[in-house]
Amino acid sequence: MARIREALAPSGPPPKLPDQETVNAALPSVKPDIASMREEFINQSNQLRTEVRVCSDFSEASGALREIAVEGGWGRVALHRGPSVSRLSDAFSCPVMWTDKDYEKSELEKCDAGVTECDALVASTGSILITSRSCGGRALSVLPPHHVVVADAGKLIPDLSTAFVNLKKTYGADMPGFISFITGPSRTGDIERILVLGAHGPRRLTVLLIEDSL
Amino acid sequence: MKSTGFIATPGYPKREVNRGMNITVFVPCYVDACYPGVGIAMVGLLERLGHDLKFHPELTCCGQPAFNAGCWDEARKVAARNVDVLTDAEAVVVPSGSCAAMMRKFYPELFHGHPQESEASAVAGRCHELSSFIADTLGITDVGASFPHRVTFHDGCHGMRELGIKTAPRKLLADVKGLELIEMEDSNVCCGFGGTFAVKFPSISTAMGETKIGTASETGAEYIVSNDVSCLMHIGGLLKRRNDPLKTIHLAEVLVQT
Amino acid sequence: MTSPADKFTEKSTVVAENLDHRARIRDAMKKYEGTRGDGVQRFNDWEAARDSASRIKGNVIGRLNHYLEQFVDRIEARGARVHWAEDSAEARRHVLDILGRAGARRVIKSKVMTGEEISINHALEKAGYEVVESDLGEFIVQLRREDPYHFVFPAMHLSRGEIGDLFTKELNTPHSSEPEELTMVARRELRKRFMEADAGICGANFAVAETGMISITENEGNARLTCAMPRIQIALVGIEKVIPRLEDLALFLPMLATSGTGQALTCYNSLYGGPRLQDEVDGPEEFHIVLLDNRRTVVLADEEQRDSLHCIRCGACLNVCPIYRNIGGHSYGATYQGPIGSVLTPYFKGLRAWSHLAHASSLCGACTEICPVKIDLHHHLLQTRRNAVSVQPARKARWPYACFAFMMNRPRIYGFAVRVMRRLQHWPVVSGRKLLRPWTKSRELPEIAPRSFRDWWKERG
Repeated sequence: MARIREALAPSGPPPKLPDQETVNAALPSVKPDIASMREEFINQSNQLRTEVRVCSDFSEASGALREIAVEGGWGRVALHRGPSVSRLSDAFSCPVMWTDKDYEKSELEKCDAGVTECDALVASTGSILITSRSCGGRALSVLPPHHVVVADAGKLIPDLSTAFVNLKKTYGADMPGFISFITGPSRTGDIERILVLGAHGPRRLTVLLIEDSL
Repeated sequence: MKSTGFIATPGYPKREVNRGMNITVFVPCYVDACYPGVGIAMVGLLERLGHDLKFHPELTCCGQPAFNAGCWDEARKVAARNVDVLTDAEAVVVPSGSCAAMMRKFYPELFHGHPQESEASAVAGRCHELSSFIADTLGITDVGASFPHRVTFHDGCHGMRELGIKTAPRKLLADVKGLELIEMEDSNVCCGFGGTFAVKFPSISTAMGETKIGTASETGAEYIVSNDVSCLMHIGGLLKRRNDPLKTIHLAEVLVQT
Repeated sequence: MTSPADKFTEKSTVVAENLDHRARIRDAMKKYEGTRGDGVQRFNDWEAARDSASRIKGNVIGRLNHYLEQFVDRIEARGARVHWAEDSAEARRHVLDILGRAGARRVIKSKVMTGEEISINHALEKAGYEVVESDLGEFIVQLRREDPYHFVFPAMHLSRGEIGDLFTKELNTPHSSEPEELTMVARRELRKRFMEADAGICGANFAVAETGMISITENEGNARLTCAMPRIQIALVGIEKVIPRLEDLALFLPMLATSGTGQALTCYNSLYGGPRLQDEVDGPEEFHIVLLDNRRTVVLADEEQRDSLHCIRCGACLNVCPIYRNIGGHSYGATYQGPIGSVLTPYFKGLRAWSHLAHASSLCGACTEICPVKIDLHHHLLQTRRNAVSVQPARKARWPYACFAFMMNRPRIYGFAVRVMRRLQHWPVVSGRKLLRPWTKSRELPEIAPRSFRDWWKERG
């Protein structure tokens, strides 16, 4: 530390931090109405190979989830008790495990899918914001090969800046230990720059976007 | 044996017209000795545009070789003489982007903190690379040239990145009668000369030059044109070794053709 | 003992003359240029973004002690243990202590260049730990017992066939050269390791001072697993990684992705604030950060080149550098390659022995042009050349240029030299000289014209 102070001592004042407005003006923007945000989120998701299924209500979402489970041949699913996820837990005929308390890593590893809430859906980047506190821990959304996100349309926000402002508003000084922006299924280009999905994280990422969450 | 494919033009009778601007031409060492045709073309061109020119034969070099080697004291010794002699010049025109960049961009840096600093900065601001002088300072793009050939253009890095020269040469070429300009892929990628880099790291320099020749050849052009003589010296040297039909020519040598 | 300069000349010459390598890298970089171009278009104003990024980094580096203190306070408040390391040796000792006290045996790593810098893998293996790289590219080069070729694409130099052979040889898997199949092989192999590891070592792309969290950018998910599954987490972070505010990430994450790979954002951009909290269901029990100096303060003290600490390790300067493209990542002989590597290495490893990296450049400036945080890279190489002159014997460095200046300031001597060379240039004893070999090996020399420009000017009166 002393070395740092010493190194900086003879210098004049550093450049001033640019204000948020200036920074945001340079970044891609989306109109903050639900329709524009939904459109852009879906547009981005298509490019990322994130599957988005728009459902008009929870019952349609439940049906969609059942379909996905059957199609994927799910033998075992992991969930956490979030407000939206809990409403869909009876969609499964296969065994489920919950990650709300201490759980066995090896049990999670055997699951074919992890279903979680999200804190936000970021329209301009097609990203899903999760935290360890609100979305069932750190591993639920990354260990199983299929990650399904249950989100109502109210979760849509225009851009990353808004996401960070909201994180501070929501959690204040009590931030969760893990926060992540998930932007598409896991991928790599390390072999000859050829795109391969499912490098370590989920190979499939699905968002059930529920229009009417009442 | 021609060095750059320069098509010989007889020496110009001196014209006495003076448009009022006090222009000095600066002809660096390697242009003077190896590519005099470029200097001669530059003179012919500027005089055709109606300017009376000055030249100081006692000035030989901009000092860049020493500067690039990190020997800034030695570079300053050479640069100081240039600054002294060029103090009264209204405009100093240089046919090479790298030398022009040295004088215009790096002289203030070189003299920073030295007694001649303000003089050097003043002279620096009056130094111009040829194409930007004609197109930007004089505001002329049609110089009455004719050169009915297919050409492609290589952007010398110093002129492009230190002096921002990109459109000036292209505007000038666009008005040359009969000339067809085909842009090569990666026209803005370095040819590999880089001064002493070319002899310190010859394999890398050659690899870069070969890549440049590859992209230039793909255009089907007869000539590679550039506003930097050092680039042409390197590219030309490689072409000649391979007996490649592709020819190099300096922008001034094109523009002086009628 | 060959000097680093000689090693560099040797290696770079071999690679530069390899046409296969030249073509392969050219294709890879063309792809990159395309996607990056698209990525830049997504911004409303890329240049304004660069300007903001440069000012934010300028501010944070200019007040580094203040922001580091803030970062440390806040992350410690959440139960993280911070360890300061002045140099590589101290950093290694910290890591070994942490692992020793925790009784760890198996270590898994995500991509961390600071780890390469301190040669942590070697130290861990020597001490009897089992270490495996989880990033696919790093996993591949680890199996080959090689250094990473590029800090974003460690296995860029290898073909699928070579990787297929490697896996068959080292992992006993049935042969394949399909990227998809090979990736799945690595996925299965590393899954086991994630589940078994006692400790995970990661790096950080950014350290957010305001909230006391590190930020990790990745595509594969291996860093997320490295930081979620094992009970010990160790982050190796250079002190210059700090950024002031959480929302600065809204700028830096897309810029890093765009410059690094041409993506709008990478798959996973995660913030880690410490060990598993009271109300959390998983995560490491222990969370350690090793803050590494390792001569970054020397760069910090040099006001001229201080902005090199702004680097966000995107790799764009490597991708665009024609020298890097022709000599590849292994020629540099240092952790950081390409233009940023050439700027930093003389500070990190010594000016006298490493200034050749500053000379191995044509100073084209493409690096400076592409740098998302506007580091004045190619001018720093010039400055390093100047700095190097003062630490070398004057006879070697300055004498040739003293002669040059002497001659150039005396036009009669210059003129005489030209006349002499004009006469002698075609004598084989002159043109065949060893002195001129570096040029004449591949190129014809320029002709000294029968009449110089000066002669012509004088004659026309």
